[in-house]
Amino acid sequence: MNALDFWTYGVVGATFLLYIGIAIWARASTTGEFYVAGKGIHPVANGMATAADWMSAASFISMAGLIAFNGYGASVFLMGWTGGYVLLALLLAPYLRKFGKFTVPEFIGDRYYSQAARIVAVICLILASITYVIGQMKGIGVAFSRFLETSYEMGLYIGMGIVFIYAVLGGMKGITYTQIAQYCVLILAYTIPALFISLNLTGIVIPQIGLGAGYAPGGNEISLLGKLDQVVTELGFKEYTTQVMGSTLNMFAYTLSLMIGTAGLPHVIIRFFTVPKVKDARYSAGWALVFIALLYTTAPAVGAMARLNFTDTLMVQQTETTEEGLAAFEPQPYDELPPWFKNWEKTGLLVWQDLNDDGLVQYYNDTNEATAAEAEALGYAGSEVFHRSGDALNAGPDRDIMVLANPEIAQLPDWVIALVVAGGLAAALSTAAGLLLAISSAISHDLLKGVFAKGISEKNELMAGRIAMAGAIVVAGFLGLNPPGFAAGTVAIAFGLAASSIFPALMMGIFYKKMNNAGAVAGMLAGITVTLLYVFQHKGIFFIPGTAFLAPEMGMGPDWFLGISPNAFGAVGAIVNFLVAFIVAKLTAPPPEHIQHLVEDVRVPRGSGEATSH
Amino acid sequence: MTPENRSAYWKANLWLLTILLIIWFVVSYGLGILLVEPLNNFSLGGYPLGFWFAQQGSIYTFLVLIFVYAWQMNRLDKKFDVDEV
Repeated sequence: MNALDFWTYGVVGATFLLYIGIAIWARASTTGEFYVAGKGIHPVANGMATAADWMSAASFISMAGLIAFNGYGASVFLMGWTGGYVLLALLLAPYLRKFGKFTVPEFIGDRYYSQAARIVAVICLILASITYVIGQMKGIGVAFSRFLETSYEMGLYIGMGIVFIYAVLGGMKGITYTQIAQYCVLILAYTIPALFISLNLTGIVIPQIGLGAGYAPGGNEISLLGKLDQVVTELGFKEYTTQVMGSTLNMFAYTLSLMIGTAGLPHVIIRFFTVPKVKDARYSAGWALVFIALLYTTAPAVGAMARLNFTDTLMVQQTETTEEGLAAFEPQPYDELPPWFKNWEKTGLLVWQDLNDDGLVQYYNDTNEATAAEAEALGYAGSEVFHRSGDALNAGPDRDIMVLANPEIAQLPDWVIALVVAGGLAAALSTAAGLLLAISSAISHDLLKGVFAKGISEKNELMAGRIAMAGAIVVAGFLGLNPPGFAAGTVAIAFGLAASSIFPALMMGIFYKKMNNAGAVAGMLAGITVTLLYVFQHKGIFFIPGTAFLAPEMGMGPDWFLGISPNAFGAVGAIVNFLVAFIVAKLTAPPPEHIQHLVEDVRVPRGSGEATSH
Repeated sequence: MTPENRSAYWKANLWLLTILLIIWFVVSYGLGILLVEPLNNFSLGGYPLGFWFAQQGSIYTFLVLIFVYAWQMNRLDKKFDVDEV
């Protein structure tokens, strides 16, 4: 066992013992505690737990990698996943807290006086949550495969087992305290390497400032972002600070979809049921965003600096040369590459193929015609860095390895690298557990106890919840073998599903007194159907490879509606939901008097009680 | 609490929401996406300004918006006598 392995096993092991210890100490004993931790969780503590619940493998492991390779275009994740909290705080959290129930479908069922609405909400919630868990499984698979030096698939199977043990151990109460611990681990793991790297590259410790600063190894004559723009364009890639994702309209829709989805995801909304007062629900959302913003404002620096370091390791820019473009870079011999490259090769997430048999690693954008011409003159036979996904080889490294590989690439001490692995696992596990809890409560509490088996005992309800969790893990794990995208992209689809179904129903339930059961049900069904069909036709039915009926490999081209990508389509689905709901509500009978009173009552804080079940 | 009081409280709430959501929209979708190109001609702390709004500034603004909302709503609750006891 080498020093790095020693540190990794030590740090990961110690943090797991901590979480399990806390979970046992705060074991849930009643169904009430299983779903919603008892009252009396302080807004700051609740904010921290919400942040851990919220920041998943997508935020921790995947997002900075997408920023690294999409530059400005990845701003959709940064704005989308934070701006949603404004919607959540202003439009939903205080009212749902006042309403005081355990689950989101319970609110929808009561507000729309309809079991059908409740069942539709459960289905939408399960679809969104399972898709979200697939993204987590991808992240967990990446982390375990690197940490145990095995294939991605093997890492995924091990991860499924750990998530299962972890999630069935405790309910919400155990999770709340555990998540506070997980937040601390993940934020340290994210920021410490960022501080080191920022200091190395710019001489400034704070990454948020360092990203705008001068590039220290170049004598501060050029800014770090300017240097990055220059390096990537010379290698044929798009300019970092201006490249867009798709089109401006796509970025707009993508951001909107993530924002609305944030405010519609059940596992985050549930958090606001656990604070004692309406007043606290408002501040809780703010505190959650404080803790989230710590990571989100660091991520742009992590992404940009990882891209620079990664590129610089493989293609060394010559300082004393008159050459321009690709010829100014010297590809490095494979045998002399640092160990991280070969370690990641074991996972299949980074692949080198010596296309021109010269033993050197060429890395550039071979789809750029001008660069490809320069490359041909230099005797290169194409960019040689790939990643495997399923049976296919795709260009460049798997984006999801960047955050985990970043400290190794920057040659940071072993304990920092170990900490990042522990942080990634904390992020993935905490969110997976929160989501699985939302799935299990939707099935056992809303479907069984609420609709199909009203007389079920508490013990059987808990048992059904655990079985539902296990089922969800197996399904998500299986689909995670061939995820529909990088972790953050997969998670974005989950947000689109929540955006197109749950959020409009909740918002209209509070702000539009005349919204009735028929309108809400029709809206949710229309919104999620439109979104699902669009996603499935491009990404495969339930993301199973080969079942896409409008895929590029079938020669049909992406054929995107107005250039909006499937990951961003939740915004369109949400608009469809609002429109259909509004029209149907106008054509059918208004909600009964007592429901309109209920809405008025939800709008004022006075008289809020504890969360109750019925 | 009287129905008039209730509806005045709700109206004040909607006003506050509207103002805050306009700022929310302008900073993220406006400055961060639609106007990013012209703004990138300016720079802030070494960042192109539009890029800064998209990757840093909008997040700081969201934070301020939520705390202003919580603070103002708690004030409204007291003013209209609908706060929790």
